[in-house]
Amino acid sequence: MKFTLSWLKEHLDTTASVDEVVEAMTMAGLEVEHVEDPGRKLAAFTVAKIVEAVQHPNADKLRVCQVDTRDGRLEIVCGAPNARAGLTTIYAPIGAYVPGSGITLEARPVRGVVSNGMLCSAKELEVAEESDGIVELADSLPVGASAVEAFGLEAAIDFEVTPNRPDWLGVRGIARDLAAAGLGTLKPDPVRPVAGKFPNPVEIKVDGQACPVFAGRLIRGVKNGPSPAWLQRRLASVGLRPINALVDVTNLISYDDCRPLHVYDAAKLTGGFIEARLGREGETLEALDGETYEAGPEICVIADGSGAIGLGGVMGGESTKVLDETTDVFVEAAWFDPIRTAQAGRTLGITSDAQYRFARGVDPESPVHGIEQATQLILALCGGEPSEVRVAGRAPAPPAPFAFDRSYVKKLSGLDVPAARIDEILTKLGFAVSGDTVQPPSWRRDVEGKADLVEEVARIEGFDNLPALPLPEIARQPGGALTLRQRRMRDARRQMAARGYAEAVTWSFMRREWAELFGGGQPELVLTNPIASDLSTMRPTALGNLIEAAAKNARRGFADAALFEVGPNFRGDQPGDQWTAVTALLAPHAPKHWAKGGGDALFDLKADLMALLDEMGAPPLQVVQGQNAGWWHPGRSARLQLGPKVVVAEFGELHPRILKALDADGPMLAFEVSLDALPEPKRKGVKTKAALELSPLMPLSRDFAFLVAADTPAGDLVRPIAGADKALIEAVRVFDVYAGAGVPEGMKSIAVEVVVQPREKTLTDAEIEALSGRIVAAAEKATGAKLRG
Amino acid sequence: MTDLAQLEADLSGRIAVAADVAALEAIRVEALGKTGAISELLKTLGRMSPDERRTEGPKINGLRDAVASAIAARKAALEAAELDARLASERVDLSLPPRPERKGRVHPTMQVLDEMIAVFADMGFSLAEGPDIEDDFHNFTALNFPPRHPAREMHDTFWLPEDARGERKVLRTHTSPVQIRTMQRLNEKLPAWIANGQEPPIRIIVPGRTYRSDSDATHTPMFHQMEGLVIDRAIHMGHLKWTLDQFIARFFETPAVESRFRPHHFPFTEPSAEMDVKCDRSGGDVKIGQGNDWMEVVGCGMVHPNVLRNCGLDPDQWQGFAFGFGIDRLGMLKYGMPDLRDMFASDVRWLEHYGFSAFQAPNTSTGLS
Repeated sequence: MKFTLSWLKEHLDTTASVDEVVEAMTMAGLEVEHVEDPGRKLAAFTVAKIVEAVQHPNADKLRVCQVDTRDGRLEIVCGAPNARAGLTTIYAPIGAYVPGSGITLEARPVRGVVSNGMLCSAKELEVAEESDGIVELADSLPVGASAVEAFGLEAAIDFEVTPNRPDWLGVRGIARDLAAAGLGTLKPDPVRPVAGKFPNPVEIKVDGQACPVFAGRLIRGVKNGPSPAWLQRRLASVGLRPINALVDVTNLISYDDCRPLHVYDAAKLTGGFIEARLGREGETLEALDGETYEAGPEICVIADGSGAIGLGGVMGGESTKVLDETTDVFVEAAWFDPIRTAQAGRTLGITSDAQYRFARGVDPESPVHGIEQATQLILALCGGEPSEVRVAGRAPAPPAPFAFDRSYVKKLSGLDVPAARIDEILTKLGFAVSGDTVQPPSWRRDVEGKADLVEEVARIEGFDNLPALPLPEIARQPGGALTLRQRRMRDARRQMAARGYAEAVTWSFMRREWAELFGGGQPELVLTNPIASDLSTMRPTALGNLIEAAAKNARRGFADAALFEVGPNFRGDQPGDQWTAVTALLAPHAPKHWAKGGGDALFDLKADLMALLDEMGAPPLQVVQGQNAGWWHPGRSARLQLGPKVVVAEFGELHPRILKALDADGPMLAFEVSLDALPEPKRKGVKTKAALELSPLMPLSRDFAFLVAADTPAGDLVRPIAGADKALIEAVRVFDVYAGAGVPEGMKSIAVEVVVQPREKTLTDAEIEALSGRIVAAAEKATGAKLRG
Repeated sequence: MTDLAQLEADLSGRIAVAADVAALEAIRVEALGKTGAISELLKTLGRMSPDERRTEGPKINGLRDAVASAIAARKAALEAAELDARLASERVDLSLPPRPERKGRVHPTMQVLDEMIAVFADMGFSLAEGPDIEDDFHNFTALNFPPRHPAREMHDTFWLPEDARGERKVLRTHTSPVQIRTMQRLNEKLPAWIANGQEPPIRIIVPGRTYRSDSDATHTPMFHQMEGLVIDRAIHMGHLKWTLDQFIARFFETPAVESRFRPHHFPFTEPSAEMDVKCDRSGGDVKIGQGNDWMEVVGCGMVHPNVLRNCGLDPDQWQGFAFGFGIDRLGMLKYGMPDLRDMFASDVRWLEHYGFSAFQAPNTSTGLS
């Protein structure tokens, strides 16, 4: 909503400056977005008079003018055909920046004659889009007067109107709040009823569902045409385009009092009636914007004997529009239902000043007042003879009065406001206060109860005056502010960062085709209004986004990426379908290094995964290979499971087909840990640590090499060996895996080091032999392994 | 007796020039071995008369000790020289670089989230969570956005398709639905992490992802909010103001941040306010705690009686406040990231530059940053 200080002063008796108005608005809840001051760029320009204009000695189209200016009489060269003696125009001094031409003036000769300034056109001053010659002003303007004053330019204050306050869409509503806030006094309502000279000849009918109340009046014998300068200027100052006097009057009142009106050329109405009803199937209408709209049965139309002639509360129709030639005008002031009007705007794709206001809620009791205000203005500008006002339908009931205990102001806001001051504030805002009962005004349909009144009192009294009181002490959760799951998210993040991964935060959505590659893309997870097609679908996993991120980084020259994300993934649209994962992606492209070496990066990733699980307190998990989903490399991926069903993590190399589809260069390695699958420890709270036994006896180590079938996982060999004597065997480490010469076809050799920790006494050779025997037997029983000779 | 002197001179000379430990060992065997020259001399002592032995014994033993210690000294010198030579051969060029390591980083938004949690936890708040895909009731209706009300247009909502019952889920436009989930218990099976009803007094914060269909330099379709909710018998706007003032001072780690409360409108609070902090925008970037401009940082207000009623709480018995911060935006203000969109672009250069080390875990005892 835009308005100017002079417009505000029509309603508010005040000496406040624009800055003071802005400050008072801000602190009363009218959030100013910006102040648009066209005068700022014209500060250097002033009124001047041409005393003499003679032909330039060296150029046909130029004149050399003697000009009376603020800076004395100056010689100025001018190319405009209308530069003539006696003309009052605008002068720009040397050094001025001319906004419309983008130049800064310098004193330099023009074809041998020095020009000491410039005479300006409206286009050069950016007060008109086109102009023909230099500005021609009224002779009454004195030399030296500012251009801003000469053009009647004014700063426009633009502010955000919150949806609860449609009354701020009228200057009078703004003035009322500013008066209550102490910025001045609200002027009395200038609108007086104008007596009708004859009965309204146009019958008005309403269907209450479409339009609860409709007021109208005919004014005949008007003389339409361009509005006077003051009206044109006022409309232009808030960005409205003047059309003709009758239309301009309605636009003025729409902004002045949030009272949209419509005017019809009465000569073009047929059937002797006008009605507001719901549209009919297939009913169409050419609106004032030149477009044809279909007005279905959900939309309120205005109709006469010829059918629809307007979209109620949204836009008038082309067929009955008021033109300069119009002599008889029918003025409409109705109240359209906010929800229906909002819906109509959305359905039709129209946003107009009227639609915006009706959708937010115009004062239901304002139609007749609006008609009278329009009548006053039309009679003054266009003459004519008004009929009586006719009203059809009934306005919705005003907000009901309710009880208000004034001590609630202190209870809810903490502000100490005397009862008399409370009443004063409410009264100034238009509330009727009677004893302990308050009746909101008809334009404040947002006020429903006592909390709303506290807001009114507190914002006018000033939020600056709020006390600041410490929160009462409260017992802290003994386990801290975070749940175990929340704490695991935090620990995971820092663990991953400690291991060299950079945390990314990627969108919760992704391209649908990509989501499908990762088992997602169900219809219930596809947004109906995505911001772009590559952000259309809730992600089943963060893997796709991380692959894309790594690929983008690679294209920027940073291929060696280690990224992770802790965030939500979606299996469906129910709350229980959302799960949280720690997802990590490694694109192993280590830069060249002078010292050679380094093993399979997949095991670096596995080390990171195991460290993460350890940090989060995961129980021992089983590695299951060959069952991963299709986006994993079939031979180089595995799951970590808890029991036969619960998959805690998947890890491995990503399938080249997936990387290709996502336009990423491989190889890429990844893991995904489900926080939701990670069990909570059985015992809550502080965990006492098990007693530590430090043996004084020297541990010993024995190496074994086993022959096993080539497809036997090493883990299947290690587990039984470790279990051969849980008391004595401290660790089992695989130190060699070999297939080739010396090993039979289809077999491989796995060499393990077994670390034995004697507990009570050193072991005799016989005891060690016996233990070795158990180890070999356990390995053979589990996997058919044979000790290599 | 000149034999002994001759022998000593001879051995000493050879020991002194022995080139290595092996040569030295050969001399030792020759002199002190079982049949060595000195050993043989020692054997003659047994055959001597006591008088002879008294005079010869110390001489021969003295010779043996002198030769043995000369050998030991020469051996130590040879070993030291050998070690020096070996170490000299082991020289490496230490101007060579070590194997490169990746810089792990915590995302600035998550770091800021941890900072915010630290401050609010200190004030007695605990964390609550809710789902990103919400129903209309929790995201709008229960929060006093009536169906089809224009207030809903304040949020550019992402919609999911209609389900069989004709209902459309939304991506939550704010973290406020978790207010409802915290105050009202649902009789349906929910995962344990989702808030599901708690008796007042309530003091929670709700961090999470939020979504609006909006995209420009200052808006992204996904961003992070932190909701706060305090419900008790006599909590009023003064407590709200104190809480936010405290938070701002502690978060920005300066006592000098000037703030102001300004009326605003949110359907789910009444009265509603926004808080601005003083800042300086003259240099192109925003500096907090100086200058003469104001920057909005949080929307807040007293929980609307309708919201309390919708959750089954009697507004004459319970009242309190709610607030909502943009976590990403606070991070940008504190740490100077210029563009919100970069937060979600996963450019490793940006993450390394603006991210935080794993070990910078914020806590209130050492200061947050």
